[in-house]
Amino acid sequence: MVLEKKPRRWACGSALVLFASVLTGCGGEDGGSTTLTYYIADAAQEDVATRCAAESGGAYSFNIQRLPNTAAGGREQLLRRLAAEDRSMDIVSVDPPFMAEFANAGFLRAFTDQERQEFSTGVLDGPLVQSTFRDTLWSAPLYGNTQLLWYRKSVLREAGVDPSAGPVTWDQLIEGATRAGVTLAAQGRRNESLMVWVNALVSSAGGSILESGAENLPADEVKGGLDTPAGEVATRIMRDLAVSPAAPAGFSTAGEEDSRSAFQAPDGGFMVNWPYVWAAFDAAIEEGSLPADFKDDVGWAAYPRVDAGTESAAPSGGLGLSISSFSRKPDLAVEAIRCLANAQSQKDFMKTAGNPAALASVFDDPEIRDLFPMADQIREGLDAATPRPVSPYYGDVTGSIQTAFHPPDSLAPGATPREGNELLEAVLSNRRLI
Amino acid sequence: MSTVEAPPRGPATARAPRRRIRLTDRARHERNLGWLLAGPAFIAMVAVTGYPILNALWLSMFDYRLTDPGGREFVGLGNYTTILTDGLFWQQFGVTSLITVVTVAAELVLGFALAMVMHRALYLRTALRTAILVPYGIITVVSAYAWAYAFSNTYGFVNGLFGLGEFDWFGGTWSALVTVCVAEIWKTTPFMSLLLLAGLAQIPDDYLEAAKVDGATAWQRVKRVILPNMKAAIMVALLFRTLDAFRIFDSIFIMTAGAQGTETLSFLAYRQTISRVMVGLGSAVSVILAILVVIIAVMFVKVFKTDLSQQRGER
Repeated sequence: MVLEKKPRRWACGSALVLFASVLTGCGGEDGGSTTLTYYIADAAQEDVATRCAAESGGAYSFNIQRLPNTAAGGREQLLRRLAAEDRSMDIVSVDPPFMAEFANAGFLRAFTDQERQEFSTGVLDGPLVQSTFRDTLWSAPLYGNTQLLWYRKSVLREAGVDPSAGPVTWDQLIEGATRAGVTLAAQGRRNESLMVWVNALVSSAGGSILESGAENLPADEVKGGLDTPAGEVATRIMRDLAVSPAAPAGFSTAGEEDSRSAFQAPDGGFMVNWPYVWAAFDAAIEEGSLPADFKDDVGWAAYPRVDAGTESAAPSGGLGLSISSFSRKPDLAVEAIRCLANAQSQKDFMKTAGNPAALASVFDDPEIRDLFPMADQIREGLDAATPRPVSPYYGDVTGSIQTAFHPPDSLAPGATPREGNELLEAVLSNRRLI
Repeated sequence: MSTVEAPPRGPATARAPRRRIRLTDRARHERNLGWLLAGPAFIAMVAVTGYPILNALWLSMFDYRLTDPGGREFVGLGNYTTILTDGLFWQQFGVTSLITVVTVAAELVLGFALAMVMHRALYLRTALRTAILVPYGIITVVSAYAWAYAFSNTYGFVNGLFGLGEFDWFGGTWSALVTVCVAEIWKTTPFMSLLLLAGLAQIPDDYLEAAKVDGATAWQRVKRVILPNMKAAIMVALLFRTLDAFRIFDSIFIMTAGAQGTETLSFLAYRQTISRVMVGLGSAVSVILAILVVIIAVMFVKVFKTDLSQQRGER
């Protein structure tokens, strides 16, 4: 075949372009020495970043990269890039349970003592504890998070439980919701939210998923703490709810947003969920999918108890800002975090995304108290919240729990805790797959 | 994995004489030109596929966690033992095989029907072919989302259409597998029909006319004339689709994230390699998956005598 002139020229041209792009691809990932690449987990972080960049007076600017929506997706992307020693990453948003894994692997730059002092002053206990691993601060807390019990005031009388009058138990809620013909929404989907639920129940019952001291042991020596009375009662509650008429349709596939939509439905009654739902109700009212007075009917209380006489251990979540070990501009990154995680930024973030600040002072802000009437409950919850197990092998831990405790309606209180424990230990020592 | 070749034929590889065959100048030129043209592509292929394959084989013999590079330890075939003695592997092998058999069978029947329609259409041929091919042009992840939304019990239309109330399709193994299969079939039937259409177009009209003259009914013509003449095309289509279907991942990832026992072997590899960053174990799963795919390909070529040369237009 004889090539005509034109295509040949075209081919040469495109080859040159390709070659040039490969060259520039290798050389210019920085985009300037004051540009920090910032991996965000929530769209609202971008607004804060824009303000900080403007306030810095040109000291730094951001190249914003968005992490996947799900916690697991975010972890995987960070893990892949950090393991490949990606030098183009400067500031990364790390979900607290994954921090230990990254820190242990040497992927994160430890904050110095002075920086630690700076970033922990005024921070609530819950968010601070989960940013620290082996007595070192690895993340500057950006926000903390904890779940509350949300209820519809109009169903309380029929249900015969009143969370506003004092702490309630899961059993009371399941029974009450069933009696009133309403739903009790929790997250039964097999992802990180299931882990959150299992951990909260086991901790509320006085147990822990991993035996203490696990964070300093090699993977094959870690022991699970599920094959205990606490594991058994947690399993029983999950199963009881999943098989009761109070479980919303599609319980075993329901994440946070599904729970919210079940709560908003006409037969919605109770729900455990993060405080972002309060801002989400507003959005739904604005959209017209909820009546304007919906929020008048909504009440909140502390996370339900497992045992009436024992304090509940509410789930703990949030987000921290860490600096990659492979960053070329760690000092500039610290400088930027001073703005990204300061009180003003946390307040802005709470207003737009509905995620609670990690700094105690933000909860005293009149504007925040006005927007979040449950601010005190959230603050108390953050202080009492129980983090998920701290482990350099957290991926294996959460994967095993999600496999063993799903679907919730087919759990067996007599067998699941033992089997879950066995699976967890076998996976950690590389004897089983998940 | 679609580079399986039929055994070469022709004088150059005829069995008897092992001595060098003298090539004519022309043949030598052609051979050189062939290397010149295909050489760069061949080198590129070896570089981008050969190296990762060998590396995966090597890594599969280590207990190696990406977050713990210091703890890397040679375990020989230990990872393979772990995998093959774990019930989860066999369960997922079963799920993968089930999805493969169900989807490929359904796609063959539907694809054949669509190929007949495309072949016989008198009007709007191009429009019809385009319409049939649209699903194949959609990215799998997008189509998986579309079907996940369709089957959702909160905002999907499927339950409304069939009066199923709040039935949770993704809440049970069988119903979840049905949705996955439906999405797969919808997405890849056009590919099957395209391959079958090529086979259909190769059957001379004379055969069909002769059969008609002899008084064959429509069904007899399909069974006695069309199908036997399309055997090669059908086998090639089946081979390609089986290899693809066996590696199914995207639809399941989007629709169930592997919950309710819908995980397949690709998912097993993903979970060990990407989620757990157990690179050694994950590589071993991938190697096993690759071996299974090769076995399927060899089975098609050797046992069912699939003739790939037909697809290349050599006959």
